[in-house]
Amino acid sequence: MRPEWKDFVGGKWDKEVNVRDFIQRNYHPYDGDDSFLAEPTQNTKDLWAQVLDLQKQEREAGGVLDMDTKVISTITSHGPGYLDKSKETIVGFQTDKPFKRSLQPYGGIRMAEKACSDNGYEVDPEISEFFSTHRKTHNAGCFDAYNQEMRACRSSHIITGLPDAYGRGRIIGDYRRVALYGIDRLIEDKQEQKDSTGRVMTDDVIRLREELSEQMVALKMMKEMAASYGCDISRPASNVQEAIQAVYFGYLCAVKEQNGAAMSLGRTSTFLDVYAERDLANGTFTEQQIQEFVDHFIMKLRCIKFARTPEYNQIFAGDPVWVTESLGGVGVDGRPMVTKMSFRYLHTLTNLGPSPEPNLTVLWSTRLPENWKKYCAKMSIQTSSIQYENDDLMRATHGDDYGIACCVSSMVIGKEMQFFGARANVAKCLLYALNGGIDEVTKKQVGPKYRPVTGDVLDYDDVMDKFMDMLEWQADVYVNTLNIIHYMHDKYCYERAEMALHDKNVKRYFATGVAGLSIVADSLSAIKYAKVEPIRDEDGIIVDFKTTGEFPKYGNDDDRVDEIAQEIVHKFMTAIRRHHTYREGVPTTSILTITSNVTYGKATGNTPDGRKKGQPFAPGANPMHGRDTHGAVASLSSVSKLPFNDAQDGISNTFTIIPGALGKEDQVFAGDLEVDLSK
Amino acid sequence: MQGRIHSLESFGTVDGPGTRFVVFVQGCPMRCAYCHNPDTWDMNGGTLMEPEEIFEQYKRNEAFYHGGGITVTGGEPLMQVDFLIDLFTIAKKENVHTCIDSSGIAYKKNANPDWLAKLDHLMTLTDLVMLDIKHIDPEKHKELTSQPNEGILAFAEYLDEKHVDVWIRHVIVPGLTDDDEYLYKLGYFIGGLTNVKALDALPYHTMGESKYEKLGMAYKLAGVPAMDKDKLIEKKKVILDGVRKRREELGRI
Repeated sequence: MRPEWKDFVGGKWDKEVNVRDFIQRNYHPYDGDDSFLAEPTQNTKDLWAQVLDLQKQEREAGGVLDMDTKVISTITSHGPGYLDKSKETIVGFQTDKPFKRSLQPYGGIRMAEKACSDNGYEVDPEISEFFSTHRKTHNAGCFDAYNQEMRACRSSHIITGLPDAYGRGRIIGDYRRVALYGIDRLIEDKQEQKDSTGRVMTDDVIRLREELSEQMVALKMMKEMAASYGCDISRPASNVQEAIQAVYFGYLCAVKEQNGAAMSLGRTSTFLDVYAERDLANGTFTEQQIQEFVDHFIMKLRCIKFARTPEYNQIFAGDPVWVTESLGGVGVDGRPMVTKMSFRYLHTLTNLGPSPEPNLTVLWSTRLPENWKKYCAKMSIQTSSIQYENDDLMRATHGDDYGIACCVSSMVIGKEMQFFGARANVAKCLLYALNGGIDEVTKKQVGPKYRPVTGDVLDYDDVMDKFMDMLEWQADVYVNTLNIIHYMHDKYCYERAEMALHDKNVKRYFATGVAGLSIVADSLSAIKYAKVEPIRDEDGIIVDFKTTGEFPKYGNDDDRVDEIAQEIVHKFMTAIRRHHTYREGVPTTSILTITSNVTYGKATGNTPDGRKKGQPFAPGANPMHGRDTHGAVASLSSVSKLPFNDAQDGISNTFTIIPGALGKEDQVFAGDLEVDLSK
Repeated sequence: MQGRIHSLESFGTVDGPGTRFVVFVQGCPMRCAYCHNPDTWDMNGGTLMEPEEIFEQYKRNEAFYHGGGITVTGGEPLMQVDFLIDLFTIAKKENVHTCIDSSGIAYKKNANPDWLAKLDHLMTLTDLVMLDIKHIDPEKHKELTSQPNEGILAFAEYLDEKHVDVWIRHVIVPGLTDDDEYLYKLGYFIGGLTNVKALDALPYHTMGESKYEKLGMAYKLAGVPAMDKDKLIEKKKVILDGVRKRREELGRI
């Protein structure tokens, strides 16, 4: 065993790249409480004050403090940057100084230019010229291959939010590998992978060989970049500080080269705890020091920035990075994977204050230790900064070393990745079904010229029949558009840093998404249970509806309409599954338009459920606002009936509740009458 | 027997232990000045529902109610004892925690023996009663609620005899029910009971006022401010002082 691995329990992991095996053999579950946690050091407070000041300056400057307009960002393009070198225990920024956003034109030069110009900067004309004339971008590639129908669907927003002009994101490198093995070993491994590809040079083999070469280049650059900060990551990390630093460098390389829609971190805390436990046992570091490393690490993650346009920020409601880190969960052997490090990560919310980034996500299981559950609850109450996801559900599919990309996309770290695919607007698809493919807003023929509905009252069976045909068409054009997008992204904007930290043979999820589910469910319910009369304009296009009578609404635990919602999801997914997907991607779908529901609503006409043109959709799989009238459980129950098998990329439900409605404050409620008085 | 139901709430977190399925029954003889559910007063309103139908709604989402159960509130649940017996019989067969949130107004010591026998039966099916004592002083009670409190206090003693667990609830309204003398007396009364597991001092809030407007009813407490939280904690202490004193006297501490 290597000297850096002294005291670790050996196993498969010391012979092959296998982080999970290392974790399982070496981690110490922790079922104690939060009393061991350390306060922030003075250095932490000073550094954080600096960050807060930079945030303030950035806000005052209108949202962007500085942008690089001359240097194309690569892993090694920028020299080291610091807040205060003497105080930082974990170092590294995306560019040569904090809060300066990097220039990343490979996704699309026009988007890069616009991100600059909208914020008052101008991309160096030579760079613009280079990427318009000499080097094609992902965006240009997509538009070269799109057909007329795809363009029409894109501009009418029946397919929307497509990652054809920006980075697709949603790929999580196994950044822990950098710490556990060191770069040299990983390069050796990649060389072996390259040497073992097929000998017949088919397209696939050629592409793989080129990608593996790119990955090795990225690994070498990682080493170089770390060296510029005075760190040697060619060898394994020998203590917890080096391990955190190595994990962060791995992540930093990813965000230096990719401005992805979600750039998530993975599942690092329990891995790092192994180092922390060893250091505590050996007296290498104190709890206070270890917390300081974690605080500085998280602080860096809070400073990740990208150059984006106001439109982009409008779709995603803010300037999110989705640095999602998955915490806790339970192992397949039944041991909870909560460690002291899981507590330390959440404790940064106390030491540095609440923050939406990194997106700390607790993998929830009924079998988590009580103390951890209580601590999570306490921190949620204090900071409203924690996301929860169902580990018991996802463990069945992914085992115990998966992480969440973005908000809900689950994937096994280093073994699975996702092709992010935005979403199909099924509410608009329903309107196309009624109007024979004519767009209700632009009045253009976008979909196929199927027969529109006729008559004065909508008939459920007739509408359903036509809707299913239109859904088939939508799935067809949607999947084919995505095939082009991912082909071009791999070709012109390949994620070499992230993929260098994956296995050779990765499972690729081909993600799709649905927007407008609750509108469709309620609309079909209205057609079935009430009387819906279409109102046509002078050209005979249905532009509005007159709905008379009551109908069951999704969100009230009423099977009559909830079953319609389930059926739509199933039919949509079935239609998706019937298509060829790029690189044998495994098709999945999601129902999780958490913020873009507003934008989608603007592009969609009146719907039979009574929603008016331009009104926002409900977010994700939520019932439409105000239509769930039987309390939260009934509302959640409707959502929970949606079939996970047909929506494996995630189902989201946005739920807001005033604190008082969640129970009593402990000071006010005296459940202590016996405790206090019968002693 | 069918219940006269005002509404069902699938996510109750303040009406008993855990997350609960809450049944609001229709009809109440009290006219509490601060009542925030005046729409449940009318004895003839609401919808008739079968106990099985209600339990079915609980049952389908049972997973949400670990550590919780069913609470019947209102309205005044004890105006519908037959319905409660039927509902709770089903619930107890399935080991579901049952709770009644009551003002105790329906109880009279000299009530009809048949009714009392039914009440005895109901109490064997009830895990917890949340008893809302509006005021300890008979006169003040009448002013506040239009009803005497004699039967209510007798009901508290009845529950003690029957060994039914009780949480005492008391709404503290600035200027109306926050007098230390009465709060202490209330505590002194509670201290005499052996079955009280918790005291839930509820701060008066003004959120009910808009309902009165909608119903076209006059709101008696217009202008009374909501109860301040810090003051509430002080007031709770006064009640607890009374409890402690009585328990000391009885040698229970």
